[in-house]
Amino acid sequence: MSIFIDENTKVVVQGIGSQGTFHAKRNQAYGTSIVAGTHPKKSGTTWEELDVPVFATVKEAVTEAGANTSMVMVPAPFTKDAILEAYEAGVQTIVAVTEGVPVHDMTEVYDTVVRRGGVRLIGPNCPGLISPGKSNVGIIPADITMPGKVGLVSRSGTLTYQIMHELAQAGIGISTCVGIGGDPVIGTQFLDVIQAFAQDPDTEAIAFVGEIGGSEEQKAGEWIRDNIPDTPVVGYIAGFEAPEGKQMGHAGAIVKEGGPGGESAAEKKEILEGYGISVAMNPSEAAQLMIERLDS
Amino acid sequence: MDLVEFQGKQLFRRNGVPVPAEGTACRSVDEVEAAARQYIEDDGATAVMVKAQVKTGGRGKAGGVKYAPSVDDAREHAANILGLDIKGHTVNVVYVEPASDIAEEYYLSVMHDRVNKGELIICSREGGVEIEEVNRTNPQAVVKRQVTPAERQDGLPREVALEVVTEANFPEDVREEAADLLVALFAAYLAEDATLTEINPLIKTDDGRVIALDAKVTLDGNAAFRHDGYAEWQIEGIDNDDPLEAEAKSKGIQYVKLDGDVGVLGNGAGLVMATLDVVAQNGGRAANFLDVGGGASADAMAESLGLVLSDPNVKSVFVNIFGGITRGEEVANGIVEATQRLGEFPQKLVVRLDGTNAEEGRRILEEADLPSVVSEPTMQDAAAAAVRLANEG
Repeated sequence: MSIFIDENTKVVVQGIGSQGTFHAKRNQAYGTSIVAGTHPKKSGTTWEELDVPVFATVKEAVTEAGANTSMVMVPAPFTKDAILEAYEAGVQTIVAVTEGVPVHDMTEVYDTVVRRGGVRLIGPNCPGLISPGKSNVGIIPADITMPGKVGLVSRSGTLTYQIMHELAQAGIGISTCVGIGGDPVIGTQFLDVIQAFAQDPDTEAIAFVGEIGGSEEQKAGEWIRDNIPDTPVVGYIAGFEAPEGKQMGHAGAIVKEGGPGGESAAEKKEILEGYGISVAMNPSEAAQLMIERLDS
Repeated sequence: MDLVEFQGKQLFRRNGVPVPAEGTACRSVDEVEAAARQYIEDDGATAVMVKAQVKTGGRGKAGGVKYAPSVDDAREHAANILGLDIKGHTVNVVYVEPASDIAEEYYLSVMHDRVNKGELIICSREGGVEIEEVNRTNPQAVVKRQVTPAERQDGLPREVALEVVTEANFPEDVREEAADLLVALFAAYLAEDATLTEINPLIKTDDGRVIALDAKVTLDGNAAFRHDGYAEWQIEGIDNDDPLEAEAKSKGIQYVKLDGDVGVLGNGAGLVMATLDVVAQNGGRAANFLDVGGGASADAMAESLGLVLSDPNVKSVFVNIFGGITRGEEVANGIVEATQRLGEFPQKLVVRLDGTNAEEGRRILEEADLPSVVSEPTMQDAAAAAVRLANEG
């Protein structure tokens, strides 16, 4: 098994420009079932590079091509409408890769699509997710992954690749890897993914990559302590060296001056270790800790 | 992006949030004198305030906010405040404003709340002091109310605003006015794509009006596309950015200046943060944080490298790339192009390349055979090499 996507995932791509095409083609080559693209003016044509139809709307992609998952690759100013369109078309899982979506747009989207709509939204500003051997939706390079029993969740794209790569070199595979994104408002939270891993019989251990800022990791850690204390869980919090008050790339990655506390990497590490989670100081150590926890 | 006080007040004014009579932003003692003369002698103000315009809190404590009952006082304060360093921010601009008579001070803000993924209104009868402190010592005095999706869509209902200020125990005679102000503040927050609008203090004047005596506003840079790029708020000398940070910003590169000697350049904020961690754990100190972003082109790579190398403290550079959307051959071509463009430079570049098209990238670098480039197979090895080279340099 896997979480959120599997061999029955049928993807419509919203945004069939050069980036959308590059990555959708790569997803398709991996075996992901890409069933359509959407473009308001290219309706009725064929998306040459992928040899699938182009529809004007997501609704058509759902009714005519059976899409159940959307990959959103449109520019940031149009992302809100794209996600809402996919939601209204009845898509069950929406993966928004686009970065730079305004906070107010995502507040509205979160409320409509996730809180009230109950639809699985991943991102925005995320690398997407992969279930090795089954499906890859987003921009994660599949060649560094292999199937296995570790569930991986992360707020950072490239850092996810780093840990996956190090695990793979140690012969450890992945059940599903979910990049949830580093923005202040994202659809699927750390805890959502960890709870889904806890339900997945094929996921035996969990690795996560957190960041400075916010309190999602702490919340997830508390749940782990109370619900799955016997599952090996290993983490790394990026940003031990990040100075206070400076935004480090990701919109959410900032240790606030005079903030509530617990937002720095060192504080998060301490809190999580108190919950029985092994927290590394860097990606290599995280992979190493996972190897040790799986062996014991 | 953060606004300074007088910009925040401009934003409030155009959205119907009451503020004091308009003042003047000044860059010199003479400008302050002229403004003070106008307000006191021509307009009949009893005094003016001279206030440092910097993007940090604690101005008052640092001596950056002064009351001036005469033109001479205003001159003297201006001389002391201009050039003052407040938490690393140099004061280049002061705001001169007719002083308001303060009968009482309150606190009011609307901010994005990450935990609940919506807006939060915070209101307290105790203002003019740090709200975190009030929250610690007297939590009952701080009212917090989440804004519902319907209120976000249709505007904050006046009765809700009235409930909030009543619950915060505002005096009865100001509640109606304070409620109107809160409705306008929330509308401003939405209309301007703010993530924070904070008034501390919100004051009751001697004649019973409620106005925003201060304004702290943070706007969402990602929403710049629907606000003419927020160009109206870009004022020279206000940001106090490091010159390299300013240059990076103008080129759309994410760069934060740090105080070490190992230049760091990578793709993806998380990986770059991790790179800083690994450099430190290998005994070095990063000179900067630089994220070239997703899908970095050869040109962006060359620009970024040039930026990192132009920091005189940089003794070696760690280029840490894990390709996802970024392709290895683009990175390699960027490094080759940068070394050609920049001519000779003394620092060594330690390159670690993995992920999408990494093999192609490594091949390009190998064939280019650049004397300044050292390739390392892993992030740990590369960090160790970069630290070693910085220590040797």
